[in-house]
Amino acid sequence: MSVDKATVAKISQLARIKMTDEELDRMVPELNGILTWVEQLGEVDVTGIEPMSAVIPNTLRLRDDVIDADPKTGGGRRDDVLANAPAAEHGFFGVPKVIE
Amino acid sequence: MSEELTKLGVKAIRDGVAGGDFTAREVAESFNAAVAEAAKLNAFIVTTPDHALAAADATDARRAKGEELGAMGGVPIGMKDLFATHGVQTTAASHILEGFKPQYESTVSQNLWDAGAGMLGKLNLDQFAMGSSNETSYFGNVASPWRKAGSNQPMSPGGSSGGSSSAVSARIAPAATGTDTGGSIRQPAAFAGICGIKPTYGRCSRWGVVAFASSLDQAGPMARSVEDCAIMLGAMAGFDPKDATSLQMEVPDWEGALSADLKGKTVGIPREYRMEGTDEAILDSWEQGKAWLKDAGAQIVDISLPHTKYALPAYYIIAPAEASSNLARYDGVRYGLRDLPEGAGLQDMYAATREAGFGDEVKRRILIGTYVLSAGFYDAYYNQAQKVRALVARDFEQAWAQCDLILAPTTPTASFPLGSLNDDPLTMYLNDVFAVPASLAGLPAMSVPAMLNEDGLPLGLQLVGKAFDEQTVLDAGLAIQQRAGFDHAPEKWW
Repeated sequence: MSVDKATVAKISQLARIKMTDEELDRMVPELNGILTWVEQLGEVDVTGIEPMSAVIPNTLRLRDDVIDADPKTGGGRRDDVLANAPAAEHGFFGVPKVIE
Repeated sequence: MSEELTKLGVKAIRDGVAGGDFTAREVAESFNAAVAEAAKLNAFIVTTPDHALAAADATDARRAKGEELGAMGGVPIGMKDLFATHGVQTTAASHILEGFKPQYESTVSQNLWDAGAGMLGKLNLDQFAMGSSNETSYFGNVASPWRKAGSNQPMSPGGSSGGSSSAVSARIAPAATGTDTGGSIRQPAAFAGICGIKPTYGRCSRWGVVAFASSLDQAGPMARSVEDCAIMLGAMAGFDPKDATSLQMEVPDWEGALSADLKGKTVGIPREYRMEGTDEAILDSWEQGKAWLKDAGAQIVDISLPHTKYALPAYYIIAPAEASSNLARYDGVRYGLRDLPEGAGLQDMYAATREAGFGDEVKRRILIGTYVLSAGFYDAYYNQAQKVRALVARDFEQAWAQCDLILAPTTPTASFPLGSLNDDPLTMYLNDVFAVPASLAGLPAMSVPAMLNEDGLPLGLQLVGKAFDEQTVLDAGLAIQQRAGFDHAPEKWW
């Protein structure tokens, strides 16, 4: 499978990355080069093989249902959470208007 | 005095401070000065001399009171700029995170401070750890301290932990943290003539480490000796309830158990790693490595890892797929850069911010990842890659029936000049061809320097062990280190 310019434009939109016409033109052969190369995976016989999801056998833990069990990852840290926000207003993250 | 102190590694500094041969402050001052003099390497994005001094003073004060100094007591280190450090800019070498000052500390860095280490600064890397040459950082290329004999052409320190490899080999830091997703500790360690180990996936917490590919990312130490790596890994590792993939296991005393005696161990030599295009000198170093391990008492056997050829293409689907979702968080709302064109709505702001904030390689990987995860292509690409990954891991499982450890080259070539592979992402990717299989399988793997090639550039040997068996990897590393006697240092030009 190979991608054309329209497909790359669509992917860049899905990925939320604005791209100029020129960047799209440059990206098409680059992506096609990589995709052609990875297509060799199609040669591998994977009959009966489950896709790998966990690399090391490990049991999934659940945290105790305790509020603020870890003060660093619990609640009540609004100012820390907002400290790096490009636009924090009234204790919230500010974004451009989304509702007319 | 100060020149002498910067020649010391982790163990020598820790023991010297504990024994009163010099103070931790003298050590920190010496390294701070060396860092300040080495701006030409561009190894650091920010320097934090005050952090190093404060940690040193705390160590000296504890010593005065007769208290325990910790496994890294008095050792100032470099911190890869992928670890969140409280109040200190953390960027992953990207523009999109420029100015970001975390309000928390990564578990690995906190563990190191708790063990008595101090921080010299935040080390440069390939942007978001994506790259094998250190040419994708927003803050400029890192130069290797090494140069070809008789040339002053700037060489690559490897990547992504290239600031780390450059700083440690240049003796401006006794050790540094690295992270390894598909070879990002081992390849730069090999290029720079130092040691580096990626432990079993889950040994080191990923909490507070800027995520690239979550099922692969693993932190590890980079230092000039195997002993130093064992000490530092012991300080970094440990169970962390904040990371769901963290291993709930005791951290062994790797340093205490270190032994170069390999009697009773069998070392496998994977025949598929003998690839076309591998340098003659690399093959020679591999032969030499076999002889060294044999001399240490190990038995050498040929093994087969039949899916080796497919590991790299599988990696270049899986890693970008995970990256595309991990990097979705950089959208100009909660932290980092915001680009808000006049009259733009929310979607336009996301797209403009990400256009301005990400470098070309990062964009390329996000696009690949988005494509392979998109409806219609998920099964053909992503699911197929995850199945191939299972086969790569099974190859190792089957190999362990025949051997305890695997020896291979770390890289197919020595370091290359900066800029020489820029137009060719695929050739660049091939640099990790020997490193990626162990990453896909989550296994512990180390690079140790073996020798110099005819250009005077270092070559590394790679050791891959069973899951949770870092000890055998470190032991074999020590056996090679003792026999290789690699004590070459780059000539100072910076």
